[in-house]
Order: sequence, then C-alpha cells, then structure tokens
Amino acid sequence: MKKPELNRSEFYNISGNEPGVFTVHFHGKLDVRSSAGIIKELIPEINALSLTSLTADLDDVSYIDDFGLILLIELKKAIKNKNSSFGMTDTRNMAENILSLNESDFDRSPGSAKPKKSYGVVIRFGETVIKSASNFKILVSFIGSVLFSFYHVFRHPGSLRVDDTILCMEKTGVNAVPIVALISFLLGLVISFMSSLQLQQFGANLYVASLVAIAMVSELGPIMTAIVVAGRSGSAFAAEIGTMKISEEIDALFVMGFDPTLFLAIPRILASVIVVPLLTLFSNIFAIAGGLVVGVFILDLTISSYISQTIKVLTLFEVVWGMSKSIIFAILISWVGCLRGFQTRGGADAVGNAATSAVVSGIFLIILFDSMFAVGRSYWR
Amino acid sequence: MAIKDTVIQVKNLIAKYGDEVILNNISLDVYAGEVLVILGGSGCGKSTLLKHMVGLAAPSSGNVFIDGIDITGCDTKTLHNILKGIGILFQSSALIGSMTVAENIALPITEYSLMPKYSVDMLVHLKLRLVELEGFENYLPSELSGGMKKRAGLARALALNPKILFLDEPTAGLDPVISSEIDELIMQINRRLGTTIVIVTHDLDTIFTVANRVVMLDKNTKGIIAEGDPKSIRDHSPNPSVRQFFKRNAKLMDP
Ligand SMILES: Nc1ncnc2c1ncn2[C@@H]1O[C@H](COP(=O)(O)OP(=O)(O)OP(=O)(O)O)[C@@H](O)[C@H]1O
Ligand SMILES: [Mg+2]
Repeated sequence: MKKPELNRSEFYNISGNEPGVFTVHFHGKLDVRSSAGIIKELIPEINALSLTSLTADLDDVSYIDDFGLILLIELKKAIKNKNSSFGMTDTRNMAENILSLNESDFDRSPGSAKPKKSYGVVIRFGETVIKSASNFKILVSFIGSVLFSFYHVFRHPGSLRVDDTILCMEKTGVNAVPIVALISFLLGLVISFMSSLQLQQFGANLYVASLVAIAMVSELGPIMTAIVVAGRSGSAFAAEIGTMKISEEIDALFVMGFDPTLFLAIPRILASVIVVPLLTLFSNIFAIAGGLVVGVFILDLTISSYISQTIKVLTLFEVVWGMSKSIIFAILISWVGCLRGFQTRGGADAVGNAATSAVVSGIFLIILFDSMFAVGRSYWR
Repeated sequence: MAIKDTVIQVKNLIAKYGDEVILNNISLDVYAGEVLVILGGSGCGKSTLLKHMVGLAAPSSGNVFIDGIDITGCDTKTLHNILKGIGILFQSSALIGSMTVAENIALPITEYSLMPKYSVDMLVHLKLRLVELEGFENYLPSELSGGMKKRAGLARALALNPKILFLDEPTAGLDPVISSEIDELIMQINRRLGTTIVIVTHDLDTIFTVANRVVMLDKNTKGIIAEGDPKSIRDHSPNPSVRQFFKRNAKLMDP
C-alpha cells in the first residue's frame, strides 16, 4: 500500500518491501554535525509509519561517533515505544566500537546520572523548618559573637583593627557623601515644591521651611541615608565576607588564631556607627538647602527668614531623635550585611544571593525599626 | 621515630555534609615526627578529613584528639591555643585577598609574637626565600599565579614554625622542578625541626619521596582501605584498586 521508497535524505533513506517491515539505510558521516538534524527528521517520520519491525543498516556509514550513537539510541527508543522490534545490520561493528569506547551499552542511555533528590511536601516542609531553625541559631549566635567581640575590644582596645576601620569609614562614609548629598538635595526640593502647592493657597509659604526641616531631620534624612548605605555598603560587606568564606579565607583566619567576627565584622560595624550619623547630618543640611532654593526662587521668601524659621522649629530633641535612629540603622545594616556574608555557602551565585539578601533584609529592618520608633514615640509623648 | 608518640588521634569519626555521609567511621593515629600522606581519588573526602582534624568542621560523631585534648568538645579558646602550634596550607591557598603576600605571612607572626617591625620583615623575607618567592612581598594574591599562591600559602603555614603541619595538595599546579624542591623542603622541615607533617596529595613523586606512611581513603567504602609504607602497599596490597592507584603512573616513573 505504500511506495517502497519513502524518503530520500542526505544521510538516510527508508525502504520497506513487506508491509510493516522497514529498513533505514544510513550513509555518510553520523557525527556531531549531522546527528541532531537526522534525529529531528527521522524520528517523526518513523512515528508516522505503521511498522512492526525496523532494521538500521549501518554498512554504508563512513564514520560514526557518540553523537551518532545517541541517534541510534533515540531511534531504538522510538521503535520500542511503538512495541515494534528493532534490529541492526552492522557488519563492521562500528556502533559496537563506539559503545565500548564509551564504556556504555546500548540499552542504558549513556551517562545515566544519579537523579536529583525530590521529596514530598511533608519532608520539604520539615526541611524548611529545620533550616529556618538553624538559621535562627546562627543569627542569635552571631549577635552574641558581635557583642562579645565589642566587649573584647572595649577591654583590649589594641585588638581593634584600626586601619581596616578607617578604610571602611572612608568607603562607607566619605565615598557616599556625593550621592547622599545629591539625593537629599533633590528630596528637599521635591518636598518643598509639593508642599508649597498646598500651603500657598493659605498664604502659609513660610511653613514650607518648617515642613522640610521636621520631615527631613526626624524621618526622611535618617531613612534615606540608611537606605543608600544599605545599598552601597551592606551589600558590599556581604559580598566581601561571602567571597572570603567560599575561598576558605575565613577558615584560614580562624586557624591562625583570629576571631573572624573581631577581624571582619567589628571594623565594619564600628565604621558604620561612626559615619552613618554624619552622613545623616549631611543629608539634613542638603535637604534644607534644597528647600531653601525653592523657598527663595519660587515662594519669594528671604534666605534669612527661611533659615530662622528652620532653626525655630528644630528642637534639640528632634535632632537627637534623628541621630539616634541613624545609629540604630547603622548597626542593623552593617550587622545584617556581615551576617549574610558569614552565612554564605557554596559558589559564586551564593555570594550574589548574600549581597541581594543583605540589601533586602537591611531595608526591611530599617523600615521595621522606624515604624517601631514612630509608635514608641507617640506613646511616649 | 623510635618511640611512637601519638600527636593526633582520630577516633571513629563520621563526617557528613547535610545527610550525605562523606567519611564513615574513620580511626587514624598520627605519630610525632612522621610524614603521613593521605591519598585517594578526587572527592573521596581528603580535604574533609583534614578540616575535621583541625576542628574547622564538627564531626557528626566521633572524636579528634590533638596532644591528648579532644578538639571536638573543647571551647574556642582551647582550640585556638592548640591551633597556634599548627600550620595549614589550604587546597585553595586561602591567602587574604586584600593583603599583600608579605602582610599575609606577617599576620600570624605579629599576632603571636611581639617582634619589632624590622625583624618581622626579615622573617617574612626568610620564609619567602624558603619557598622561592623573594621579591614578591608587595604583590597581591590576585597578581600571583596558581603555583605562586600555593607557595605563598606554604610560607604562611610555616610562619610560626608549627609543630604540626597540614598541607592540602602542596604540589598541585607546580612544575616538576619546583615540586621536587617543595618535596625537599618538606623533608628538611621534618628532619631539622622535627615537625609532624600531614600531607594530602595525589602526586606519586611526592608520596614516594617524603612519606613515612600513607593512608588511603576510598569513595565507595567511605573509609580507609590501605595503610602503611607506600612501597610495600604498592607491591603487596591485597586490594587491586590500591595497587592500581600506585601503579598507573608508577610504571612510567621507575622502570
Ligand atoms: N561544603 C560542602 N558541602 C557539601 N558537600 C561537600 C562540601 N565540601 C565537599 N563536599 C563533598 O564532600 C566530598 C568530599 O570532598 P573533599 O573536598 O573532602 O574531597 P577531596 O578528597 O579533598 O577531593 P580533591 O582531591 O578533589 O580535593 C565530595 O563528594 C564533595 O561533593
Ligand atoms: Mg581536596
């Protein structure tokens, strides 16, 4: 019912004399270049045939390698799926030679890897719980270790790595001044502009100065600075320490008798605690300057009235409040950055994850603690 | 090696990463003043064993004693005190990336001795000469080749003239000339200072020149499959896979 010769291809043709019995004659090279194309063409063709047995004829093949072998294995699989019988004409034993070279046999597909473990929901849930518990343990013990190291530094000031601390202050603080200043200036500009749109209606232009001062000094200044520091330095801490962790450097430090927390975390935390409040101060000043620009050029205020209004509303409490918050934020950011670094396990991608996680947890902690402060303050007053 | 004093004793150690058992019930003694080579195929847990022997990883069961003190149960302070007398060369060298070669080597020296600055420099110079890295004092680890990093790491491990020296593949990635010089150096240190040395290596040259005793780990049994003098194991081990390990290259080396 079918024509004897079904297909002509560069590398094979299929012929059948009796119904259901077919032969695939391969010719040419079955190698890295041809095999994939043949598989794509041949397998659907075979699937479309109604056959009971198929013979692969390799006698005209000039060359076959392991790619060609994959082709044969795929072919055999397709035939098996149709419950038909598969045979090979291979008088020169070409396929055999390749098989023995690869130390594999025809039925086991080459390189049958150990399957990746996959568990049921319950086991995965349990594993997650255990992992979280051990993460929590690391977290608590890291808090302890940081506190202990600070106590140690307090008792033996000589053990502080002063050079590292100063370098870290430069990286975290000095180098962040331009970006913090720019962001704060623009923020001050935006706040005063937006508020002036409303306040102008009441002729309350002067209160733009109060609004900018209060908003920046007690809330936005500390938060903006902390977020910038989390993005710049929190991630850097995690990446630096994480890289040291995966390249055994931290093991080496430990073996040489250093406490990795004292050696790596304390300089970073200390540096952050010193420079972040200073950065916050810069942020406040630049934001007020931004407000001043809008006040003077758009609202027709005089410089002196703007400044005196600002000074009038800023109480000492407000300033100290903002500064203390920024100290807490500094501790949180640097602590979580170092923690993520020390938690790093594995390879390069783990370092990337540690950096990301340091920023995300850092920002989360900043917002969390800020809302706690806000609630606390409203009760306290 | 007349009297065999045990300096390190590993007792029924089981090491796991997660659920996967890497070493199953290993017991091993290291005697004072010997050069012990730990060998075995890649991934069989040699570095893991080393990490457990110095307390960098906690075993899931079993004990490790150094000079009679159980380091698996002691506090960090005691462990640090023990580690002061131990030098370790890590497989990846583990030089601190932000410090120059000289600073890396000076690190343990300045921590544990109150040497004045110029004698520290002098010592660093001597250590670097020992491993033929003179002139590279002010290079950063990232500016060194793999073999140079190995040698710098070795110099750092030797910095305090430790009583016990652990070397994880000291000659991997080095050319044959420097390799044999390192072998020579290891023997010198062992003879002159009486240092106990534990080496992890695949290098048959190293094994036959420096080892007093070898211990072979196996990936399948997760334990020790051969122990003793390298030459007699090569020739007389009842286990064919052990003989094969030694002979594959040994044939090429000594006719
Ligand atoms: N941090 C780790 N987490 C999980 N598994 C690990 C870890 N480190 C090593 N392994 C596994 O433990 C086994 C032994 O590793 P180890 O580094 O001790 O091998 P090795 O004998 O030193 O090999 P090589 O000669 O290649 O250095 C390997 O199968 C490896 O996959
Ligand atoms: Mg190793």
